Amino acid sequence: MFAYYLDLALRSLKRNKVLTALMILAIAVGIGASMTTLTVMHLLSGDPLPGRSQQIFYPQVDATPAGYAKGGPLDMLDYHSAVDLWSAHRADRQALIANSEVKVRTPDVSLPPLMVPMLATTSDFFAMFKVPFRYGSAWTAADAASRARVAVISSDLNDRLFGGADSVGKILRLKDSDVRIVGVLQTWRPSPLFYDVRAGRFAEGQTSSFYDKPEDVFMPFFSGLEVNAGNFWQFTCWGKVATPGHLQDAPCVWVALWVQLDDATKVADYRAFIASYAQQQKALGRFASTQTRMPSLMQWLVFNHVVPSDVKLQTWLAFAFLAICLFNVIGLLLAKFLRRSSEIGVRRALGASRGAIFAQCLVEAGVVGVVGGIGGWLRTLTGLWLVRRQPVEYADLAHLDLGMFGLTFAVAVAASLAAGFLPALRASGVAPALQLKTL
Amino acid sequence: MTLPPILAALRKHKSGVVLITLQIALTLAIVCNAVFIIGQRVATVQRPTGMDEQNLFLIQQQIVNAPTGNDAASLERRYAMLRSDLMTLRGLPDVASAAPVRSLPLLQSSNNGGVGLQPNQDHSTATTTFYGGDEDLLKTLGVRLVAGRNFTASEITHDDRGGDWQPPVAIVTRALADQLFPAGDALGKTVYFNGGAVPTTIIGIVARLQTPNVGWGSDYNWNSTLLPTFPNDTYTRTAVRAKPGQLDAAMRDARQALVAANPQRVIRNGFAGFIGIYPYSDIRARAYRADIGMALLMGVICLVLLCVTGAGIVGLTSFWVGQRRRQIGIRRALGATRTDILRYFQAENLLIAGMGVALGAALAVGLNLWLMQQFAMDRMSLLYVLAGVVALLALGQGAVLAPALRASRVSPVEATRSV
Repeated sequence: MFAYYLDLALRSLKRNKVLTALMILAIAVGIGASMTTLTVMHLLSGDPLPGRSQQIFYPQVDATPAGYAKGGPLDMLDYHSAVDLWSAHRADRQALIANSEVKVRTPDVSLPPLMVPMLATTSDFFAMFKVPFRYGSAWTAADAASRARVAVISSDLNDRLFGGADSVGKILRLKDSDVRIVGVLQTWRPSPLFYDVRAGRFAEGQTSSFYDKPEDVFMPFFSGLEVNAGNFWQFTCWGKVATPGHLQDAPCVWVALWVQLDDATKVADYRAFIASYAQQQKALGRFASTQTRMPSLMQWLVFNHVVPSDVKLQTWLAFAFLAICLFNVIGLLLAKFLRRSSEIGVRRALGASRGAIFAQCLVEAGVVGVVGGIGGWLRTLTGLWLVRRQPVEYADLAHLDLGMFGLTFAVAVAASLAAGFLPALRASGVAPALQLKTL
Repeated sequence: MTLPPILAALRKHKSGVVLITLQIALTLAIVCNAVFIIGQRVATVQRPTGMDEQNLFLIQQQIVNAPTGNDAASLERRYAMLRSDLMTLRGLPDVASAAPVRSLPLLQSSNNGGVGLQPNQDHSTATTTFYGGDEDLLKTLGVRLVAGRNFTASEITHDDRGGDWQPPVAIVTRALADQLFPAGDALGKTVYFNGGAVPTTIIGIVARLQTPNVGWGSDYNWNSTLLPTFPNDTYTRTAVRAKPGQLDAAMRDARQALVAANPQRVIRNGFAGFIGIYPYSDIRARAYRADIGMALLMGVICLVLLCVTGAGIVGLTSFWVGQRRRQIGIRRALGATRTDILRYFQAENLLIAGMGVALGAALAVGLNLWLMQQFAMDRMSLLYVLAGVVALLALGQGAVLAPALRASRVSPVEATRSV
């Protein structure tokens, strides 16, 4: 029966080519627009660390003077609190991070010096965030303890400086120090760059910078601070900085701590630990407030509104657009089916059930949906190509994965079946006697 | 033409009428808001920075063979090299003036801080961005001084690599001056930067100068402070004003002259656009790319939406015409003229579109209220809605014309034919 309905549908669609084309185009345009924005939305709102993100937390305490941080602790930590919490080693894994920009030169390669972003961090960083290595490995705890001049570099920087060859053991000159490369990362592109996410609630929706690439140079925290001294950025300060860029004793927050806590008991214990730390620091007179906070990674991303508001706006718009296209298709299908009332009347009089008429009409709507889906898929690919040419940090991420590919077709067929439902219902309700009378 | 027959006919096509009404309503709501967003983005992009942007270009380069240390000898040696570059540029025939700069409006690279009225003030009175340069800075940027005076050559220091250096004098924008001293008497007053204790005297006020960032810190877009500091670093920026109409020649000559004077420099365009020679229009375009992209996207969506809705009206009316050929034939046989038939379909469309735009106007205002809440957007002027209503009614009439003309050509003989 399905083959017969398909044949009927194709005949009916061929009868009025312009209208068929119009319906298909409407579905294709609607699907293309909504799937493009949905894909971008999906990329931007996804879990940057699948399988691990539930165990990652961002502890925060408040070292500011009384009344300074009214809406909870600031987005980063001061140096002393961060180092205290880190050296307590109460979590399963823990990583301190501090951002700076460093001048890079290579003694072996005759390239001009580069300014690249550097992350000073502790050795757990790589295991905790499942960072993949191409060559070598992370530095050891012993390297970190002895303040060894070692570094891990991104595959991007390795390509730029060494043409992608194994550069482990080579020397980089970072600012004025010689540093040995111990590891080269594979292409690693967490989306968003979650561990650097902060201040999102002040960004007024302009958060596309959260989707930037990871840093090019990673150094052990304390040796990194020494090597690139004077170039560290504060997040914010509540007093005067004696020597800019040297923030260890400055009244500033500029270090972040990420911890991995494997089960609920450990999470509760850690919350208690930072609370007691805050109490103790208040007793010592260093803290004015005992407020603490420890969001999980995903909570922290939500708190920072990581998905740019332009992207959200575009997604809403695209779906409203799809709705209009669907109204259009429903109207056209309705007119088309009801115009064939006499034909339907004959079929009904010859014994076709209402269900059969309904199925026949839905098959016709489905055919429009499948063809529209293919058109929509092409349009989605074009749309993503356009997104990739946009000057935004997440541009290189915009690709259609298998799931979204399937979803595009599912949405197209579902949309056109939904569009066909009302017209098919009306068509199957046609009274045969009335139609036959006018023949 | 009377209304009752039209209403009676429409009652036979309730679902079709409801659908096309809804489609028109939604289209109106979205098109109004999209055009409003376009208008806002365009207004943002067109804000003047306060500079004379014509004939201005920026050189960003790295001097490779300069000493990198911060000791006095390195600072002096580096300053000498930067100074000689500046002299080279100022000596070019097509260059009107040149000045070292820390940043420029819209360059997206900024050094921001607080300004207080008391030494060691805990909470600053205003936020500002800091620009640095020498005595030719105002002239080169084409910024208009409205009160006070420019820096003198003796006030310019060069022992600074950026950071929280606190000079004895500064020039501020009118916006910052008014925020600090609402009485309007900022000239000659003392302020303290970044919660420090070193006093700085305001010696000049400029009309307007935008900050380097467009997204961040939009609450202090016009709060700029100019400091008399010659940025002393191997990574340097120089603003250059070409003589009128000589921009291309000046940019070409500048590159050749700089490389000829000292080939040990990085000046090729590259490194993510941080190094190279750029006309200011490039910097502006780069800063507002996202806004322009959004405006274009909204424009395309509006256009496609109007096309889809127009095509929907054509399609639906064509079907109705096809369905009613006999009735049209009967009316024609009973004496209705072609114009009567044409007017009938036009009136019918006007009625449907009228219902659609009435609903759509309410939806448009509702959508704007929702966007205001969700995306901190401004209130939309009702003129946008009014323009949208007119546009959609016109679209409806335009779309219905072809099918209505076809209907008017139905011959009275059709009345006698069966389907």
